[in-house]
Amino acid sequence: MRIFDPHIHMSSRTTSDYESMYEVGVRALVEPAFWLGQPRTNVGSFTDYFDSLIGWERFRATQFGIRHHCTIALNPKEANDPRCSEVLDVLPRYLAKDGVVAVGEVGYDSMSAAEESVFARQLTMAVEHALPVLVHTPHRDKIAGTRRTLDLVRESGIAPELVLIDHLTELTVELVLGSGCWMGFSIYPDTKMDEQRMVSVLREYGTERMLVNSAADWGRSDPLATYRTGRAMRAAGFSLSDVDTVLWRNPVDFYAQSGRLMLEPLELSRPLDATFAGNSVLRGPRADRAAS
Amino acid sequence: MNGEVDGIHPWLVEAEQAIHGDPTTVHAFFPAVGRKVGREPLYPDTDPDGLIHGTVDDRGRARLLAVLADVLTPFRLAQEVIDLYRYGDSAERSGVLRALHLLPAGPGAGSIVENVRWIVEDALRTNDTRLVAAALGPFSARHLPAGSWRHGVLKCLFLGVPIDAIAGLQLRSDAELVRMVTDYAAERTSAGRAVPADAKRLLEAST
Repeated sequence: MRIFDPHIHMSSRTTSDYESMYEVGVRALVEPAFWLGQPRTNVGSFTDYFDSLIGWERFRATQFGIRHHCTIALNPKEANDPRCSEVLDVLPRYLAKDGVVAVGEVGYDSMSAAEESVFARQLTMAVEHALPVLVHTPHRDKIAGTRRTLDLVRESGIAPELVLIDHLTELTVELVLGSGCWMGFSIYPDTKMDEQRMVSVLREYGTERMLVNSAADWGRSDPLATYRTGRAMRAAGFSLSDVDTVLWRNPVDFYAQSGRLMLEPLELSRPLDATFAGNSVLRGPRADRAAS
Repeated sequence: MNGEVDGIHPWLVEAEQAIHGDPTTVHAFFPAVGRKVGREPLYPDTDPDGLIHGTVDDRGRARLLAVLADVLTPFRLAQEVIDLYRYGDSAERSGVLRALHLLPAGPGAGSIVENVRWIVEDALRTNDTRLVAAALGPFSARHLPAGSWRHGVLKCLFLGVPIDAIAGLQLRSDAELVRMVTDYAAERTSAGRAVPADAKRLLEAST
């Protein structure tokens, strides 16, 4: 199984997560810019965060044989804080970077006027930079929020095939199905989808334009949720090719529209389960251990 | 390759002309270099990670910076170089670091050195092997204070950056560096770990 996790917040994860992910077949991922749990209060906190997404985290991932890409945006939660609105002014610099494969996460959280204006402005930026968009749908009032999301996307004039609507459920998938946008499902314990429900959705609606992600972050979440969904698909009778479509080809096709994917395989200088045994050649590329 | 001028990628030729006409266009060209000209190491056989000699995009970015150096005053040049580093991703930062020694000395030159030295110090604070390697080029050999430079060398041994990436190693190596590396080797031995081959090389060269 080869896996592209189209939505995972690796900055919040440990090196052993990277190792487990590599072991089950994760070879590439996208880390969307989002909030950090603790609200930020100024633009500098964002630029340091964006720098780490295109710098340190990308480097860290390569040490574990995984290609790291990211999306950049002012997220809906912090769009409500006027102290963060300057972030919009620095976005163009970041949207020009290598490995920045979409504008995101944008969308609604509480469906406020501020969120709407920041969302609309960033849809325009995506058109200007010829980039896809990753759209977060709200967890509260999800159905109404998803409808309103689709309306705003339509009004923006962006091509629907450049838009991925994320965090869908059984109740919102049909709204998006006819829109031409891609459909993302986060397999996330308690608050979002689980792998059995995901399999049912795939049975009912097929695999076209369907993406599965772990959305793993600092909350109770599972960086192997993509893999577990692949296993559940196989157990339910889906072919290896179906699994590959959902877990690799679809996310690659969606983000490849940016022209910025970097999928050349990485050569690991040693098997992941080997011990270092003080070998300087092998020790070098593994920054986490070298730093300790 | 089609349209190459003296072996220079045609996209670079166009970018250089555009920057010559309007230096602010460098903001769009600089991040795009890797996508346009590639990211391979310059000497893949002897330097597979590009840590010693850099990469194709490093060399491309050096050309763009050379154009800026032609058209901007020393003060504006320093500002522009700082901004390209400050807002650059790791590849852009590496490109800036590897080109610092090519910036003109010119009248009032001391100020360019003073203004951009913090860039090298910033890169040496990271644990990104590509940045640490790029930071220890000829600019640092000439302009980095001894204390920071020695710690840069030691960091290379820690991170596995080949010491061949360090410019002027023979010339700048001193008794204090040898003491630090000797202590490091003793620490490795007492922990039951092997002493990196580069540490041994460095110590042998000093005797």
